[in-house]
Amino acid sequence: MTRYILKRLVGMLVVVLIVLTIAFVIVRLAPGDPAALLLGPDATPEDAAELREKLGLNSPILVQYMAFLGNAVRGDLGNSLFFNRPVTEVLLARAEPTTFLALFSLLISLVIAVPIGIYAAYRRGSWLDQSAVSTAMLAASVPSFWTGLMFQRYLATEMGWFPASDYGGPDADFISRMGYLVLPSIVLGIVNSALILRFTRASMLDILGEDFVRTARSKGMSERRVVLRHALKNAAIPIITIIGLTFANLVSGAVVTERVFNLPGMGNLVVNAVLRRDYPVIQGTLIVVAVLYVLINLMVDLVYLLVDKRVRY
Amino acid sequence: MTASPILEVNDLQVEFATRRQSLVAVRDVSFALGAGKTLALVGESGSGKSVTSLAIMGLLPTAGRVTRGTIAFQRGSGETVDLATLSQPAMRHIRGAEIAMIFQEPMSSLNPLFTVGDQIGEMLMLHSNLSSVARRAKVLEMLDLVEIPAAASRMSAYPHELSGGMRQRVMIALALICRPLLLIADEPTTALDVTIQAQILELMRRLQRELGMSILFITHDLGVVAEIADEVAVMYAGEVVERAPTRPLYAHPRHPYTQGLIASIPRPGRAPGERLVPIHGTVPPPSAMPPGCAFAPRCPHAGPECEAPVALTEAAPGQLARCVKLRELAAHA
Repeated sequence: MTRYILKRLVGMLVVVLIVLTIAFVIVRLAPGDPAALLLGPDATPEDAAELREKLGLNSPILVQYMAFLGNAVRGDLGNSLFFNRPVTEVLLARAEPTTFLALFSLLISLVIAVPIGIYAAYRRGSWLDQSAVSTAMLAASVPSFWTGLMFQRYLATEMGWFPASDYGGPDADFISRMGYLVLPSIVLGIVNSALILRFTRASMLDILGEDFVRTARSKGMSERRVVLRHALKNAAIPIITIIGLTFANLVSGAVVTERVFNLPGMGNLVVNAVLRRDYPVIQGTLIVVAVLYVLINLMVDLVYLLVDKRVRY
Repeated sequence: MTASPILEVNDLQVEFATRRQSLVAVRDVSFALGAGKTLALVGESGSGKSVTSLAIMGLLPTAGRVTRGTIAFQRGSGETVDLATLSQPAMRHIRGAEIAMIFQEPMSSLNPLFTVGDQIGEMLMLHSNLSSVARRAKVLEMLDLVEIPAAASRMSAYPHELSGGMRQRVMIALALICRPLLLIADEPTTALDVTIQAQILELMRRLQRELGMSILFITHDLGVVAEIADEVAVMYAGEVVERAPTRPLYAHPRHPYTQGLIASIPRPGRAPGERLVPIHGTVPPPSAMPPGCAFAPRCPHAGPECEAPVALTEAAPGQLARCVKLRELAAHA
């Protein structure tokens, strides 16, 4: 077990190194001169050359690469060209809305998807099953920006139940900031619940046909116990996998929702960084998201170990 | 047969509803099982033997329903109930506690995510008020009884850590821990190696003697039947075609289907080079059942008179067969 975790951590380091390299290369390949862009259209070529020198953009590529790696290891992902502050600091400032948005919307999807998925599988072919599956299809097909706009229009603007957008002023306290996340969380929660619902249903359907479910029934227990204890635990692995992936996706990919609701999260940050050619910020986000994916995958694998004793690494 | 059977199935009919029609999977099935006795339900796959057993357990799939007949079961309290009409909550008190079941596939019949001890102990948790310590002691005792070596250490084993034979022993321990009056064994040895088969049969016989339960033994293997059953009901296409005590059935099978089954068993006594006699054709699907005798299309003795419905009639004292030409066949034999 400990050996396995160590092995996985070493594997993680390799992945992170590869990601760092890709981040480094991609940004160097992108068109446009960051120095010229940073200084604006009025800058003289001399100014741009001076800035390039200052940023180390003129050194040989290998030197730039080594410096980049060395700094990254020390947690220094460079300075944002736009904010003129360390990238790590910029990212940390944006982490709160993104993290909580991901957590809340995952929670909402689970609350919607898992019970309905289980029940739909249990009553396969019933009207509830059929309507759950088609609603899930519909929810997955509607783009989140549309749902977001509709919710803003009707639930926020007309009914006034939720704040329509933004993340509170600079002096808003934590609770009121979270209040701004309710509506976007519901939007993302609904969109993501579709996939989790389908996985839960499919996985439960498989398991409910198993012989040991019949054995469980033959022992004279309630249907509730058969389904929730004997079947659900066996159906859990695919469900856990999809939950892990959904979470990773939410952290990295809530770009559209963050923009619709004007949340100062990582998604918004990265879009602006791309528009401003703020290379260090793009790199930093890429690295953080990649590390997050690797960590979440590791966690999911460890949960497998806890659930299923047949899993051996 | 004893005066008051523990299980008496009378005119049982089970139907499966499909989108378009209702198919009769089991019809006119009647048999009785005395206390401490073993009745074998024999037939090919699709003959309705498993459906019959699931109907007794109240575990028919959602599409299946008992549409006629009664399943009288004499409970431990002496009260007789009709399992065909009993409510699910009432059935739950009987399932596991008074009627237990073991299945064909010991590999897949145990839950892979729970330990052996947990799965057997759960039976006691459902049907008794024992403390967890007392439950553990009983599980251990039961594992010893089914001859699982190093029982104490196997308590915390998962099913995948055991061999097929051991898993079937665990299944038996699980089924018998509440001392049921009736054990339904659905092909319990089919998935096992022949040597393990013999051990499991021996174990079941010994436990039956010690615990005094009745066994409804479902199998397609007439060789196994001879080893364990007191009485046999041969099923074909959803019907019982012959019912008799084991010895007379083997000595003088009356129904052409039973005769065919027995003729197709390889035996050591046969002359070298002698051919086995197969039964040609296949069981008709429930949607294309012949109007009269279901076996007629495959029967070497079939004639026009076989197209009329036929009831179980006495072919010899204690031996019933469903064939119109019984007299004629007996004369030829």
